[in-house]
Amino acid sequence: MSDSSDKLSEQEQELRRRNINNLGSGDLQINSASINNDKNINTPNAYDSDKENLIDNETVDSDHIDSEEEKLPEEKYVDELAKKLPQGTDKTPEVLDSALKGLPDRWKNWVIRGIFTFIMISGFCMMIAGGPLALMITTLAVQVKCFQEIISIGYQVYRIHGLPWFRSLSWYFLVTSNYFFYGENLFDYLGVLFSRVESLRFLITYHRFISFCLYCIGFVWFVLSLVKKYYMKQFSLFAWTHVALLIVVTQSYLIIQNIFEGMIWFIVPVMMIVCNDVMAYMFGFFFGKTPLIKLSPKKTWEGFIGGGFATVIFGVVFSYFLCRYQYFVCPIEYSETAGKIVLDCEPSYLFRPQEYGIRIGKTETVFTMYPFLLHSLSLSIFSSVIGPFGGFFASGFKRAFKIKDFGAMIPGHGGIMDRFDCQFLMATFVNVYISSFIRTASPQKLLAQVYNLKPEQQLQLFHSLKENLQNRNILELS
Amino acid sequence: MSRDKVSNKNPNLLRASGDIRKRVIRSDALNIDSDHIDSEADENLLEEQYVKELAEKHSEGSKKVPKFLSSALKGLPERWKNWVVRGISMTVMISTFCLLIAGGPLALMILVLAIQVKCFQEIMQIGFVTYRVDEIPWFRHLTWYLLTVSNYYYYGEYFFDYFGPPLNRIESLQFLIKSHRFISYCLYLFAIIMFVLSLVKKYNTRQFHLFAWAHVALLITVVPSYLIIRNTFDGLIWFIIPVSLIIINDIMAYMFGFFIGKTPLIQLSPKKTWEGFIGGGITTVLFGLVLAYILCQYLYFICPIDYSEEADKIVILNCQPSYLYIPQEYKISIGNFETVFNIQPFVLHSLSLSIFSSIVGPFGGFFASGFKRAFKIKDFANVIPGHGGIMDRFDCQVLMASFVYVYINSFIRDPSPQKILSAIYTLSPKEQLNFYYQLENHLNDLNLLNL
Repeated sequence: MSDSSDKLSEQEQELRRRNINNLGSGDLQINSASINNDKNINTPNAYDSDKENLIDNETVDSDHIDSEEEKLPEEKYVDELAKKLPQGTDKTPEVLDSALKGLPDRWKNWVIRGIFTFIMISGFCMMIAGGPLALMITTLAVQVKCFQEIISIGYQVYRIHGLPWFRSLSWYFLVTSNYFFYGENLFDYLGVLFSRVESLRFLITYHRFISFCLYCIGFVWFVLSLVKKYYMKQFSLFAWTHVALLIVVTQSYLIIQNIFEGMIWFIVPVMMIVCNDVMAYMFGFFFGKTPLIKLSPKKTWEGFIGGGFATVIFGVVFSYFLCRYQYFVCPIEYSETAGKIVLDCEPSYLFRPQEYGIRIGKTETVFTMYPFLLHSLSLSIFSSVIGPFGGFFASGFKRAFKIKDFGAMIPGHGGIMDRFDCQFLMATFVNVYISSFIRTASPQKLLAQVYNLKPEQQLQLFHSLKENLQNRNILELS
Repeated sequence: MSRDKVSNKNPNLLRASGDIRKRVIRSDALNIDSDHIDSEADENLLEEQYVKELAEKHSEGSKKVPKFLSSALKGLPERWKNWVVRGISMTVMISTFCLLIAGGPLALMILVLAIQVKCFQEIMQIGFVTYRVDEIPWFRHLTWYLLTVSNYYYYGEYFFDYFGPPLNRIESLQFLIKSHRFISYCLYLFAIIMFVLSLVKKYNTRQFHLFAWAHVALLITVVPSYLIIRNTFDGLIWFIIPVSLIIINDIMAYMFGFFIGKTPLIQLSPKKTWEGFIGGGITTVLFGLVLAYILCQYLYFICPIDYSEEADKIVILNCQPSYLYIPQEYKISIGNFETVFNIQPFVLHSLSLSIFSSIVGPFGGFFASGFKRAFKIKDFANVIPGHGGIMDRFDCQVLMASFVYVYINSFIRDPSPQKILSAIYTLSPKEQLNFYYQLENHLNDLNLLNL
């Protein structure tokens, strides 16, 4: 047994050597560098990739259980993946490259990461200033890019480039699900705006039916496109597309729902995850010693705990500042009089200082604070404790498919999905939290529902309401 | 269904498969880079080999015949034997179906739940064998846990309305109801955390594949079963008609294909023919119209199902037949020729349902066929002699159930003003007044108010 597996690993080495020589593009040699002792193309010894290389060193000789016999057909080709997918962490734009020539590699990577972190955060602030519409468009753009990154990995894994129509099919499903989800959100909250236009009313009333028919068309298209030899791959990619849609599109739908509750429900969670990331990195950088989890060798317990504390404190302080401004606190509403989206409201109970009394033994202290701060406390605890698991899940995924990053869009960080993996878990949590503990009926939504009724029913409802209000002396009898 | 059944069955198979794979890899070595569609031949050899072994691991269902039937049918030729077995199982299934309808809504809900669990188990079994789950610890438990959590979420979210009143009386359960989504989400998160912590480097890829497989299986089994039950609450007829339409379409297409089938329909299922498809389609439409017409007359089928205070359980209410089930006048004028005829609107709806079930419904079956071909299995399981597994019978129902749900939602179920009114009354008085004024403005714009 061991004899044949040795022979096989030789064969495998031969294979990899041959393939590496055949490659065209240059900057992707992370995984295979360890196998051949030749100094392959740029393997910058960045702080991050140090420990990552270890994994591949082990697979060839020592871990004989991991030999070819155990692997599934796809898994063998997976090793070739990294060479075909653009990897962003080691990409440096030329501009910076010359500016930073003098510095050692480790600092160069640090500086690049820092610069782009700064760029991303300022971009984020500009979006917020742009208002809810800008935020929704950004969410849409991010979601499309994430989907594209995940699907590219799928295509590589299943090696399905040759098949016609398959790319279009995945994009078709993306467009259909977005149409469905964004329609649901917009018609719910901005239904008032849409119901003014006669032709759009048809789209609103039958929205679910139209979306379902579009989905059925995609389904039928898939069945008709099945090609004899590729059944397994096509089904696997079909499932892959659906899982990617589940992860990306449903979360962005939930994010938009959060935004409609008030921009603070979007800004605070996002900033918490960012802060948790940055702080954990800092603490790990300066004090990191005990490794946290096998999946991500870079993470340490010191980083985890330190980052957690820092996030909680930061969350409370940050919420305290945001609570005071109507711009962040008000639910998004469409005002018919102004003819546009306004953020003008009376702050709800959550955002007005309330008195709390705590009794410890004989001493009783009374202090005032915004109830929202308590909620932000639970949000920050979640983001510090459970949030990182989103990152671990993505790390495990990247390891499973032997890639270093999802894409190459952001130098120093990888693809968009790399930055947003933890956000998805957080967004769902915030949405579920709001709908369970916070959300009360929204007049706007109800109004939109009323406008959907038939005119006779609207009239009937109006009269019943009028009578009821008059009876309770809320409405003056005229 | 013992865990070791598969691996104990054929240890030689595993070892032999390893040799086959090794040999194929070596010959394949130089072709790995090319993924051009034409040169895929060698790579497919690898996969087909592997998949062929898989086929041997899955057990075959359609050929299984219970012993007593076997002896009774000894004399008949093979083809007829199969026919008779299929016929008998089918009669048994249809009679059970009728019995359960007589049993009432609760019996139906339990039936749907049981079918859903079995379908999920069948789909997961295929995944387990494909990805060799026996070596991955705790994964089976994880998938069952996920099934339980999704059922808890769906049944709790939408049906506590119906179980609401008795539950509302118990104080401690109030919290469960109010924060239902939150609790379900936390339970789901637990599953994700367990999954992440259980990732073993060796099996990473397979674990992710299986995790995705479980999610897709949930999407296919849990969501349609919830939709079916919601449809049923609008009236038993919304359950009986769609299910029967699919069954009739199956049977009639089979009959037509058996007697006059000639031109093959689709590469995926060589047994299907155009004659079967069209003949089955037309008969389904006719049958649907007749069945709808008959069922419309009985209150038992058309009344919605709700919680009744007096009976203290879910019953079919005594109701006034809604406008759908009362014959209405329809006029058709074609040129100078004009006819007026009376028909219940529901029969027209059943026309659209039958058209959908004849044209798009079979694609659910083709999808399942393609899936079985991809994994080189003949049936999902061998529970029903002559037919295969439960999933084999219910593959088209999934699509139909979703269609009926969307159809009802869009065209039938009117948003009730009552519900909206009660929601309005929960707002603060100031907001109610605001609401009133906005509505007044809107109605004025539409010239509905004669002030």
